[in-house]
Amino acid sequence: MRGKSRFFNWFIGFFLLFLYAPAILLPVFAFNASSIVSFPLTGFTTEWFSVLLTNGTLHVAARNSLLIAITTAIFSTLLAVLAARASTRFSFFGRRSIMGFVMLPMVLPEIIIGVSLLVVIIQMGFELSLWSITMGHILICTPFCIAILSSAFMNLDKSLEEASFDLGQTRWNTFWLVIFPLVMPGIVASLLIAFTISLDEFIIAFFLAGTEPTLPVYIWGQLRFPAKLPSLMALGTVLLFVSIGLLLIADYFRRRGIRKTGIENTGGFL
Amino acid sequence: MLSFQKWRRSESAQGLFLISPTLGFALLLLAVPLIMVAALSFWTQDYLTLDRTFTTANYVTAWTEPMYQYLMARSLKISIFVTAATVFLAYPVAYFISFHVAPKRKAMWIFLITIPFWTSYLMRIFLWKVILGYNGVINGSLTGLGIIDEPLSFILYNQNAVVLTLAHAWVPFAILPIFVALERVDRSLIEAAEDLGDSGLRRFLRVTLPLSMPGVIAATIIVFIPTIGDYVTPRLVGGPNGLMISNMIELQFKKANNAPLGAALAISAMGIVTFFALAFLWLNRRYVRGPS
Amino acid sequence: MTQPIIRLSGLDKFYGDFQALSQINLDIKTGEFFSLLGPSGCGKTTLLRSIAGFETSSAGSLHIDGQSMDGVPANKRPTNMVFQSYAIFPHMSVAENVAYGLKARKLPKVEIKARVAEAIDMVGLQGFDERASHALSGGQRQRVALARALVLKPRVLLLDEPLSALDKKLREQMQSELRRLQRAVGITFVLVTHDQEEALTMSDRIAVMFDGKIEQVASPQILYGKPSTRKVAAFIGMMNFLDAKIMTTSGDNVEVEVQSLGKLTLPLKQATGGLDGCNSVGVRPEMLTILMGSQTSEREIEAEVTEVSYYGDMTYYDVKLPAKEDPITVSMRNTAGRKVLEVGAKARVGWSTSSLLLLK
Repeated sequence: MRGKSRFFNWFIGFFLLFLYAPAILLPVFAFNASSIVSFPLTGFTTEWFSVLLTNGTLHVAARNSLLIAITTAIFSTLLAVLAARASTRFSFFGRRSIMGFVMLPMVLPEIIIGVSLLVVIIQMGFELSLWSITMGHILICTPFCIAILSSAFMNLDKSLEEASFDLGQTRWNTFWLVIFPLVMPGIVASLLIAFTISLDEFIIAFFLAGTEPTLPVYIWGQLRFPAKLPSLMALGTVLLFVSIGLLLIADYFRRRGIRKTGIENTGGFL
Repeated sequence: MLSFQKWRRSESAQGLFLISPTLGFALLLLAVPLIMVAALSFWTQDYLTLDRTFTTANYVTAWTEPMYQYLMARSLKISIFVTAATVFLAYPVAYFISFHVAPKRKAMWIFLITIPFWTSYLMRIFLWKVILGYNGVINGSLTGLGIIDEPLSFILYNQNAVVLTLAHAWVPFAILPIFVALERVDRSLIEAAEDLGDSGLRRFLRVTLPLSMPGVIAATIIVFIPTIGDYVTPRLVGGPNGLMISNMIELQFKKANNAPLGAALAISAMGIVTFFALAFLWLNRRYVRGPS
Repeated sequence: MTQPIIRLSGLDKFYGDFQALSQINLDIKTGEFFSLLGPSGCGKTTLLRSIAGFETSSAGSLHIDGQSMDGVPANKRPTNMVFQSYAIFPHMSVAENVAYGLKARKLPKVEIKARVAEAIDMVGLQGFDERASHALSGGQRQRVALARALVLKPRVLLLDEPLSALDKKLREQMQSELRRLQRAVGITFVLVTHDQEEALTMSDRIAVMFDGKIEQVASPQILYGKPSTRKVAAFIGMMNFLDAKIMTTSGDNVEVEVQSLGKLTLPLKQATGGLDGCNSVGVRPEMLTILMGSQTSEREIEAEVTEVSYYGDMTYYDVKLPAKEDPITVSMRNTAGRKVLEVGAKARVGWSTSSLLLLK
C-alpha cells in the first residue's frame, strides 16, 4: 500500500508541475526586468504593467472584449435558463435530440463554428463586426451555461413549485418567489463562466473579427513582436487573476446554492 | 380545436414553447451555417466571384492532392496521440482525486485542476514555446545542471511539442468526466470484489475500470473531436512539420481566398473525425461492457 | 347527513395506455378523517393529486363543497396539501413558510402576523419562527408543512404519506397528534398511506385501493372485521384462507364444503361481499385457539405445529391441518402459566363457525 501511495504522490506532483508550469511562469516573466522573455531572470520591475496603462489600442481591444463578454454572458444565460428549465421540468417530443443539438457546440471544433459563421455572414452580405463575434460566443457559451443551470434546476424539488401553487400563488409569482431565488446561484455562476470563456476566446473571434480587434486578437497580433512580449506577460497576468477571481465568485455562489437547497456538496466545477 | 387547446396546456407543448428560443438560435446560427458550408463546398470560387454550379471538384482535390492527404493523416495522428496522452494522464489524476482525497477536499482539488485552464489560451501556448525553446526553461535548466551540453532541439517546433501543448490544454476536460464516473462507482461493489477474493489490481481491472468506462469514453470524445480544429497551437509550437489540417482550412478561407476548398476540407475533416469517434464508440460497445 | 365535502363520480385517469384510476366513485363527508389505503402504484397518490388539482382526470367529475372543480387550477381550490417531502421552501424561515399562502391572498400584515403565530402555536413550534428551514428535523419540517397548510383554513387538507419519512417512534407520536389536530380544527383530512396500521388507528373511514380501483370503503372496524373481498382481507391484518365450495342455500343459511373443516352451514351474512363467486373461507389468527389440557371449543381440529414465532406478548404458531398443504397461523396471547409449544408438537386447534367469513 505504501509503495502505491508514494507512486501516486510523485505522479500527482509531476502532473501539477506540468499543469501549472505556464501559469507560474506568466507572472514570473511579467515582473522580470529583462525585455527578453527567457531565463535567467535579471531583476524585478513593474514597468511592463505601467506600459499597459498607456496603450490605446489595447484599451480599445479590452473594451471590445468586455462588451462582447457581457453581452454573451447575459444572452447565453437567458437561452440556457429556458433550455435547462424545459429539459429538467417538462418531457416533450424529441427532448433528447433537441438537447443534443443545442449542446453540440461543446464538442464541435471551434474552427468549424468560426468557418460556418464566416460563410453565412459573407453570403448574407453582412459586415464582420463585434456582433458577429458575439453571436459565435453565445453559441459556444450556451452549452456550458446549460450544463451549470441544468444541475441547478435538477436539484429543485418539483413539489416546491406544487406547494407554492397549492398555497394559492400564480405560476408567474411561483417562478419569482420560489424557483428564481433557488436557482439564483446557478445563474450567477453561469453568467461568470460565459463571461470568462468569451473574454478568452480566440479561434472564433479571429475568424469573425472585422476591423475591431478583441483582446485575444490583439494579443495574437502582438506575439510577433519580441519587444512587446514582456508587456503581454503582464497583460496575461492581469487576465489570469481576473479569471480566477471571477471563478472563485462563481464557485462561491454555486456552493451557496447547494447549501440552500440542502444537497450534499459532491460535484466540482462545470 | 378543443384537442389543440388541450395540447397547448400539455407538458409537451409547454416544454417545446420554453425551449424554442434556444433551439431557434441554435438552428439559425448552427444548423443553417453548417448547411451553407456544406453547400459552399460543392461550389467554386475564382478570386472573388462565386460559381454556384454543383461540382465535386473540391472534394476530389481535398482527397487526392498529396499535400491535403498528408495534412489530414498527420492531423488525425496528432489528434489520436493527444487524446491518448490526455486520457492516460487524466485517469490516474481523476482516480487519485476520487479515491485518495478526503471527500471534503475533492471540490477544492477539482478547482485546482481547472485553474491553469483559465490562463489566457494564447499565452499558455506561447509560454510552452518559452519552456520548450532552444534557450528555454527546460534546456536552460538541463544545461545549467550539466546534464546535457547542447540544448535539445527535438522538443520544440515539431509534432511532439504540438501533442504536449494540446494535452496540457485538454487535460482538465478529460479529468472531469472520468472523475464524475469514478465518483458514481458504488464503493461497496469494490468491497464486494475484495470480499470475493480479488486482489487490488484485479479489483481495479474487473470492477472500477469497467464501471468508469463511460467517463473515459466521454473524455475521449470531448478531447478528440475539438483537437482537430486547433490551428493556433500548431502555428506557434509546431514548426513547418507540425502544421495541421486546420491551418490549411484557415489559409483557404483567409489568405488563399478559396473558401469552397476550405469548406470541403473542413467537412472532410469533420467527417473523418466523426467516423473515428463513432468507430471508437462502436468498438467500446462491442468489447467493453460498461454499466447499462 | 349534509352534502359530502368531496364527491368523485366516474373518475378515470390515463397515462398514455396505462390506466391509473378507473371509475372512482367516492363521497367524503365533511369533517371526517378519511384515508386512501393501498399498496404502492395502486393510484392513491394520483387520486389525491387529482383532488388537489395537480392531475387532470381523463373522465368523470370532481365536486368540492358542491362546486365542480372542472378547470379550476390548484391555486384556486379550497384544498391544501402536505407533501410527502414536505416541500418546505429552503430559502425561507419557518414564519415565512407559514405566511406564504396568506401573502398570496394579500391579507393585511397584522392579520398575517397573528394567524402565523396562531398556526405555529397550534403545531407546537413556538419559538421556532425565525429558524432557517434547512436547520429543522424531520418532525419539525412536518409540523411546518401542517401549519403552512392549516393556516389557510382549507375546506380539505390533503396529506400525501406525511409520516413515511419519520422513524417508528416519531411516526406513532405524530399519528395521535394528527388525529388530535384534526378533531381540534374540524377540517376534513384526506390521508394517503400504504401503512394499514396507520390507516386503522387514525381514520374515521378508509378506502382500500388496488390497481386504480376502489375495492372497499368502510370504517376501520368493518374493514378489519368484515372485509368484502379476499384481497382486502389479505391486505389488512393477517388472514388464513381455506378453499371452499358452495353447495346449497336455504333461507338465511348457506351450506359450504370447506377444505380440512368439512361440510358446514354458515349464516348468509357471513358472506360479507355477497355470495356470488365465493370460493374461500377466511379466518383471523386470533379467532383460532390452541386448546390446552381439558379446554374445549365449539369445534376443534387436530394439527401439527410447523413453526413458532415468539413476540413477547403473543406467540404465532404455524400449524398444518390435515388435507391442506400450506400451514395456517394461530395467534395466542401469552397469559400466565401458558406453555409455549415446540415445533413438531401435536395441537388441538379450536374454532367456531361464527368467526369464518365467506370471501371471493
